[in-house]
Amino acid sequence: MEKTEILRLSAVGLGAAVRAGKTTAVEAMEAVLGQIEEHDGEYRCYVTVDREGALRKAALVQKRIEAGELTGPLAGVPVALKDNLCTAGMRTTCSSRMLENYVPAFSAEAVRNLEKAGAVTIGKTNMDEFAMGSTTETSYFGATKNPRNPGHVPGGSSGGSAAAVAARECFFALGSDTGGSIRQPASYCGVVGMKPTYGTVSRYGLVAYGSSLDQIGPLTGNVEDCAVVLEQIASYDRKDSTSLRREDTDFSRALVEDVKGMRIGIPQDYFREGLDPQVRAAVLKAADVLREKGAVTEEFDLSLVEYAIPAYYTIASAEASSNLERFDGIKYGFRAGGEEGLHQMYKKTRSLGFGPEVKRRIMLGSFVLSSGYYDAYYLKALRVKAMIKEAFDRAFAKYDCILGPVAPTTAPKLDASLSDPMKMYLGDIYTISVNLAGLPAISLPCGTDGRGLPIGLQLIGDSYQEKKLLRIAYTYERTGQANMKTLGL
Amino acid sequence: MKQYETVIGLEVHVELATKTKIFCGCSTAFGGRPNSHTCPVCTGMPGSLPVLNRKVLEYAVAVGLATNCDITRYCKFDRKNYFYPDNPQNYQISQLYLPICRNGYVEIESEGGSRRIGIHEIHMEEDAGKLIHDEWEDCTLVDYNRSGVPLIEIVSQPDMRSAEDVIAYLEKLRLIIRYLGASDCKLQEGSMRADVNLSVREAGTDRLGTRTEMKNLSSFRAITRAIEGERNRQIDLLESGGTVIQETRRWDEAGDTSHAMRSKEDAQDYRYFPDPDLVPISISDDFLEEIRSRQPELRTEKMKRYRETYDIPDYDIEIITESRHMADIFEAAAALGAQPKKVSNWLMGETLRLLKETEEDPEDIRFSPENLAKLIDLTERKAINSTVAKEVFEKMFRENVDPEAYVEEKGLKMVSDQGALRAAALEVIAANPQSVADYQNGKEKAIGFLVGQTMKAMKGKADPGVVNQLLKELLQTTSGSQETGRTFPDAGC
Repeated sequence: MEKTEILRLSAVGLGAAVRAGKTTAVEAMEAVLGQIEEHDGEYRCYVTVDREGALRKAALVQKRIEAGELTGPLAGVPVALKDNLCTAGMRTTCSSRMLENYVPAFSAEAVRNLEKAGAVTIGKTNMDEFAMGSTTETSYFGATKNPRNPGHVPGGSSGGSAAAVAARECFFALGSDTGGSIRQPASYCGVVGMKPTYGTVSRYGLVAYGSSLDQIGPLTGNVEDCAVVLEQIASYDRKDSTSLRREDTDFSRALVEDVKGMRIGIPQDYFREGLDPQVRAAVLKAADVLREKGAVTEEFDLSLVEYAIPAYYTIASAEASSNLERFDGIKYGFRAGGEEGLHQMYKKTRSLGFGPEVKRRIMLGSFVLSSGYYDAYYLKALRVKAMIKEAFDRAFAKYDCILGPVAPTTAPKLDASLSDPMKMYLGDIYTISVNLAGLPAISLPCGTDGRGLPIGLQLIGDSYQEKKLLRIAYTYERTGQANMKTLGL
Repeated sequence: MKQYETVIGLEVHVELATKTKIFCGCSTAFGGRPNSHTCPVCTGMPGSLPVLNRKVLEYAVAVGLATNCDITRYCKFDRKNYFYPDNPQNYQISQLYLPICRNGYVEIESEGGSRRIGIHEIHMEEDAGKLIHDEWEDCTLVDYNRSGVPLIEIVSQPDMRSAEDVIAYLEKLRLIIRYLGASDCKLQEGSMRADVNLSVREAGTDRLGTRTEMKNLSSFRAITRAIEGERNRQIDLLESGGTVIQETRRWDEAGDTSHAMRSKEDAQDYRYFPDPDLVPISISDDFLEEIRSRQPELRTEKMKRYRETYDIPDYDIEIITESRHMADIFEAAAALGAQPKKVSNWLMGETLRLLKETEEDPEDIRFSPENLAKLIDLTERKAINSTVAKEVFEKMFRENVDPEAYVEEKGLKMVSDQGALRAAALEVIAANPQSVADYQNGKEKAIGFLVGQTMKAMKGKADPGVVNQLLKELLQTTSGSQETGRTFPDAGC
């Protein structure tokens, strides 16, 4: 097959073409590598591209496909991995100077699941340092650009993964979502991204940011790919105590074009001030489309939305301050100094190894956990978290899904966000409650603004209800209302 | 000088006897090449996650039940954050807010009779690695083999008043925990570690004085010395108008003294919070019942049963039941038909003597009850004499040899050949006319020398009693009466 023809295929489409012998895993990998060669100098989606390894593995996978050993939908399909997913033998940097040359000894469980399915790793994608940020600009390796408009950010923290999918520098990607880090960049880049129910995908091998909120999930070109990838990476894992035993991970079976009678709640709280009018219009238009397809929509008050941001930044920073203690210059990664004694070595290593946003959150987290403040901040945040979950429980007693925007605006311009972190944090307002409540949510394109920047639609479901979300998203996508053009092909 | 009362509370760390570590599958075996018992979890690699070893929970609950604690039915692990290279994550997974056991006690015997020492709480946590300073290279290396070895920390109430109380409390804890098989509790090897919190106050007052915490106590002797030293130091301070500062002190065993490590002002803020990587533990009724039903008979019950079952003195019962392992050997050997008092004699005599010699504990006994029963049977049947028995026992003690096979192999059985014994005795008589004369002239003691010579000629493989009897009879014949052809009585070999 022609390179451009291959690159137009979805992940599932490519898998089928490889199995049918129309193309090969190696051809697909060469096409993707060519695309990276051509565009990644500009977009900088990747931190590491393992060219030779990728081609070698693609050849091995091709043999196994031909031998009938690999028959799954993703066999032979090239994948990009966010650089906080451990990959044995391939450096895993978290886009930080601290881990610039860190090569893990083991692979994340989600990565192993993909490898078992025959997907072939291309390399590691750029991200906000240790997943802290909403623009991918806090990366030690420099910002990734939004392929839809290179003057804008791709969102974050999984910005490299979202941009790589949009730029066809991979067929699908994995990201991680602690407060919107999959959904928001998916929205900014015009791709599909999903954060599953907490515990659905093993966190083993994901370098932790906020352990009680982190989930790995897919970034894909369409809803079908999203369902298929999630089906492959979801697994019960004894190595992760928070892993769930689920029988219902056959997500591809949810790809049904039918939403008749499904009840969709539209939280008024998500459409108040601060929301860009064009985003608002596009999201409400999507609700109309679903109503036309037979869904029942209703406005309601979710409440507590304004408390989610302080609760989130308290909990996530507290956990992060502890999770990131292990980066101390002793065992692996960056070390500075050492001549002046242990204490100075710690200080220097961590001062130079971490960027400003990471240090800000470590300080914030250390503060809220310190003696005398623990009850007032951390415990109070946990109570807010519990109340948010209750508010969602009340909503899901009435609705199959909650519909709203992913972010208040489309992708901001490069260099416009970091100077005002509070404003950047407020941009997470629609996504973080989902993490606090451990719920599944999907982000999919629902139009563009006047500058041609994608707008994302967010569908939030009750715990374990990914299938409902996928069904609604699939039905909406099939209406052809907001399909994004494939870039550069 | 005023009268002072010493108030002591203990924090006791006990290494649990699990095969694998608390949060990963690595071996807990002591020693081993540095960092050979490690994995991504116990070396704090990015992306690794802890998973609780169920056995740790079982042991902790077992110890809690045996020390009359309330078991916390919904408990959690917390992170204790502090930077130190022996701690690979720079936080220790421990329990602060909801420890597994609370509000227990053990009874100790002290001057005023039986007394309760309260247990404030018992919590589960992970041990740290070990730093090794290389003087030659002037660098410090870290060995994570011990990182993640499971510990329980038993925190007492300030209920002890003297070093004797403390030793009695520690011995009681050790006995209980060893009975449960939860740990070998060896102070020297660090599988049991005690930190002593001590304060003094004027006798008769209720208010507690300022306390210090003493660390690095690796023997009962060190604990006793440290308590005496710290009590005197605090009293001297107060008497000279000074005040005690709340601080952590380190005991220097060689110097028989202590020095301050850090004061309360330097105390770190550990920023404890629930570990989000570990799910809360809900203890079900079934789990609790399972542990309860598996609790072994503890010492008090065992002593009572022994009094009812075995005809041995109370003193023996007390000694034997000090170690569950020794008690198990006793019971098994008795069940195999050995006379209980004989079993007890071997355990209390030779066994304890050799344990002292090898500086081991009763827990370290290696010989099987089967072999002990066989040895007792051999002596009962008079197949070997007591000297040989001791020799065989020592071999058995060290290598757990089968005494029957060993006696057979080494040819240690007593000689039952009448003719050979008689010939040897006659030879000894012929060769030692002076002793014979002495005996016949009424020096009864001279027979001892002749018995010894005969035993020597028999290479020890005769019953000294029988030899004695035979010699007496032979000497009687060779002296007065001229009887010949007399048949000697059966030597009974």
